[in-house]
Amino acid sequence: MIVKVFLLISFVGILLLSGCNDKRLYYWGKYENIVRQSYVTPSEVDIDTQISELEIDLRKAKDSGKKVAPGFYAHLGMMYAKQGNIVSSKEMLLQEKALFPESSVLIDGMLERVKKNQGR
Amino acid sequence: MNKILKLGFLITFLSIFATGCQEVKPYDYTALKKSKPRSIVVIPPKNNSIEVNASYIYLSTLTEPLAEKGYYVLPVAVVDQFLKENGLPTPAEMNNIPLKKIREYMGADAVLYIDIEEFGQKYLVFSSVATVIAKLKLVDTKTGELLWESTAFAQIGGNSGNSGNPIGILTYLISAAITQVVDNKMPEASRRANHFSINAEKIGLLDGPYKIPAKQDINKDL
Repeated sequence: MIVKVFLLISFVGILLLSGCNDKRLYYWGKYENIVRQSYVTPSEVDIDTQISELEIDLRKAKDSGKKVAPGFYAHLGMMYAKQGNIVSSKEMLLQEKALFPESSVLIDGMLERVKKNQGR
Repeated sequence: MNKILKLGFLITFLSIFATGCQEVKPYDYTALKKSKPRSIVVIPPKNNSIEVNASYIYLSTLTEPLAEKGYYVLPVAVVDQFLKENGLPTPAEMNNIPLKKIREYMGADAVLYIDIEEFGQKYLVFSSVATVIAKLKLVDTKTGELLWESTAFAQIGGNSGNSGNPIGILTYLISAAITQVVDNKMPEASRRANHFSINAEKIGLLDGPYKIPAKQDINKDL
């Protein structure tokens, strides 16, 4: 019980410290946590888990009316490519490019590599 | 004891920085204003600490503050994989890529280099203290010019880290309680370090193109 109250207070405290969350430009969801876990505890976030978690985030982002974070679609596109789902991979990569034209060089390179690997 | 005192001084010193006191000398933004980067690629940090996962834990906490500051941040894990596939297995090697290649293959206007100086959690009797110190350097990929640099610092847990907080003792108690539950504070410490560094008044990073000014002037420079 005491621990619960402490947790609640500290949660509110962290919210206060980190400033107002609604002012943020993007919907972040689990993106950065997934990135971290993929290095620290990779077994917890295999390809399928990452895809399903990120797809959930995508829906939540749409509900919230916010754009997903820069890099989000590209990351999801990479995971689809790893899964062998080339159609979805391309779709996601093109989304990233449409949303953030700054990603063009990187995305074009990725699309080319996806194509090459597909031909093999 | 002496060490704790030293740490206390460091914290006070750095918290003055973070809060943007009058004493802070404003950063010289000439190069950054001239370069106006739109996109940033974060190279996996060089790790000088003993924590093996420091590099990638830290890497996973930089996209948010940079993107919320208004920059396009290249997907960090995608970039990391791309570099690994191209014969650069470790962050140390990735930090030596010529700028020309970064521009050619990733199209980023600027590159953020990070040196992790300290990264770890010390377990004390009633609590644990998580410390992060990292040096950030933003460099123009076209000219190689240094656009911005900063030392990111944060500490979570223990009573010293909460000095200046009106509910300091309470937070201390809370942090002690949380220690029992949450075992790893490093991601949060990293996030705070970045937040303080990037958003610091006068010495933080300037707003990027996606950050819409709070009031008007939206139409002009965008």
